[in-house]
Amino acid sequence: MKATTTDPITSDPRFTPADRSRLSANRIASPGLPLWKQRTYSIFRHRLSLLGLLLLVVIIALALVGPLLVPYSPSSQSLLKTNLPPSADHWFGTDDLGRDMWARTWSGARISLLIGFTAAAIDLVLGVLIGGIAGYCAGKGRTGDRIDSLLMRIIEILYSIPYLLVIILLLVVMKPGLLTMIIALSITGWVGMARVVRGQILQLKQQEYVLAAQKLGTSHAKIIFRHLLPNAAGIIIVNLTFTIPSAIFSESFLSFLGLGIQSPIASLGTMANDSLGVILSGQWWRLFFPGLMISLTMFAFNAFGDGLQDAFDPRSNR
Amino acid sequence: MYIVKRFFTMLLTLWIIVTLTFLIMHMIPGDPFSNDSKTIPEAVLQNMRARYHLDEPLAVQYALYLKNLLVLDLGPSIQSKTTDVNTLIARGFPPSALLGIQSIVIALIAGIALGTVAALFHKRPLDYISMFIAIIGISVPSFILAPLLIKYAAVQWRLFPVASWGTWQHTILPSLALSVTPLAVIARFMRTSMLDVLQQEYIRTAEAKGLSTWSVVIRHGMRNALIPVLSFIGPLFASVITGTFVIEKIFAIPGIGKYFVDSIFNRDYPVIMGTTIFYSVILVVTLFLIDLSYRIVDPRIKLSSKGD
Repeated sequence: MKATTTDPITSDPRFTPADRSRLSANRIASPGLPLWKQRTYSIFRHRLSLLGLLLLVVIIALALVGPLLVPYSPSSQSLLKTNLPPSADHWFGTDDLGRDMWARTWSGARISLLIGFTAAAIDLVLGVLIGGIAGYCAGKGRTGDRIDSLLMRIIEILYSIPYLLVIILLLVVMKPGLLTMIIALSITGWVGMARVVRGQILQLKQQEYVLAAQKLGTSHAKIIFRHLLPNAAGIIIVNLTFTIPSAIFSESFLSFLGLGIQSPIASLGTMANDSLGVILSGQWWRLFFPGLMISLTMFAFNAFGDGLQDAFDPRSNR
Repeated sequence: MYIVKRFFTMLLTLWIIVTLTFLIMHMIPGDPFSNDSKTIPEAVLQNMRARYHLDEPLAVQYALYLKNLLVLDLGPSIQSKTTDVNTLIARGFPPSALLGIQSIVIALIAGIALGTVAALFHKRPLDYISMFIAIIGISVPSFILAPLLIKYAAVQWRLFPVASWGTWQHTILPSLALSVTPLAVIARFMRTSMLDVLQQEYIRTAEAKGLSTWSVVIRHGMRNALIPVLSFIGPLFASVITGTFVIEKIFAIPGIGKYFVDSIFNRDYPVIMGTTIFYSVILVVTLFLIDLSYRIVDPRIKLSSKGD
């Protein structure tokens, strides 16, 4: 009689019910660092990308309105006021043709950003398209595999040529200028993005929700645009924050060599190159401002991209 | 089997590069002598065109170029009538190679050290400092850094020669300037890779065996962490090669990079083509060797044609 109402285990004094609060306390939520250290770390990581974002906003804003703040046009020369150091009149000084460095620096930054964003936008479209097709076709019958391996072969070959060499060759053939620069940067720039997107799509394709969608008869386009691309968006955005500074770097590099943007249009690279001859004679501002602007822009994008990468990749936030 | 297949892919890549370069260079309207057509009589121009086979159809020129390439003849230079592209490359290669190798060595040693330190002191001040240095290194282009190095290290403090070529001291500043970007990139790669490795079980085993931190890090950590870094050596080569274009210009070093940039402005097409092909060969062969080497370094990667 007694045995049917009480459970032999719960009635046994050697057994006690488990304390649930202790169970959850045993779970290790994070590595053994003091809380303040974790906080400083996450604030630091956050702060760096925050700093990058802030810098970007300031740089973009000044690139847009900067040249309008002074009464000089970036290309107007004044032979009476050559090689002036920074002053109240000319905030960044003037160059050897008496052109205002403030106006030139910011309009150069404008060109850099324009090229960076346009090239990155084209890279994005081409890279996602080509990488997406390759990744989606892979493993889909014989034709699918052929398309994938053909695209991968093209990517492999383009990847093994130094991209700046290709750009230089194209610049030799075409007329130097803004449009040429953007075309030349885009011809090679999509390769990195395509590789990343293909890898990501290959991985995502294995997921159960894609299989479910396929079994339910969802069209290819819908699977690509509703299921695959949105899930690959994180890595695409992160890659984009590194594509933009690399395009900006290429522009200033080529302009520095004299192959990019041509005078009288201001470019940070050309300005840096022009300063080479005079930096030893004490005209530090000729190199300092364009150099600082290139470096700050690159820093801002890289810092921001780092933060984004951490945000999208939980693994790196150990 | 994999090696053979990979080898033929490499040859195919090179052939495509040569063909593309040839076609791009011949897309230019006119020929290298178009600018001289006012000063030189037509008959002489005809002779000069014939000398460089510019009067032949494109296909014939292409076949001739390929034929010469097979015997490693990159053709004559149009600008300097006495030298050919082979001589230019033979003359320019030693300085460029010295610079390149020195800067790669600096970048590898310092980058690996910086990345390892950052990983070992993960989330501590040394980590932040190393990564801050790395992000600065990525942000400041070599052509901004080089003039600063000249101004301070060479002119003000008189530590090194300002420019040109001669003694070993001349190579230090350009090599430093060239190494900064790849150094920073390697440091970041190394940190991520090292952090991954330090979490592996064999590291815990090594620690549990009572090995010193030093030998855990060097023998077990670094060797494994280096494998992903190896894959960056290809892009590293490319970045150093293109870096020499500006560095050799800034420091007035008579290397291939300088000849290449000069040939662009002189529209010396055979030199442009020759150097482009030369660079591509170096890079493609390097990529091939790296691919082989890390399949040997890491036995877990199978030497099969499938995979990747």
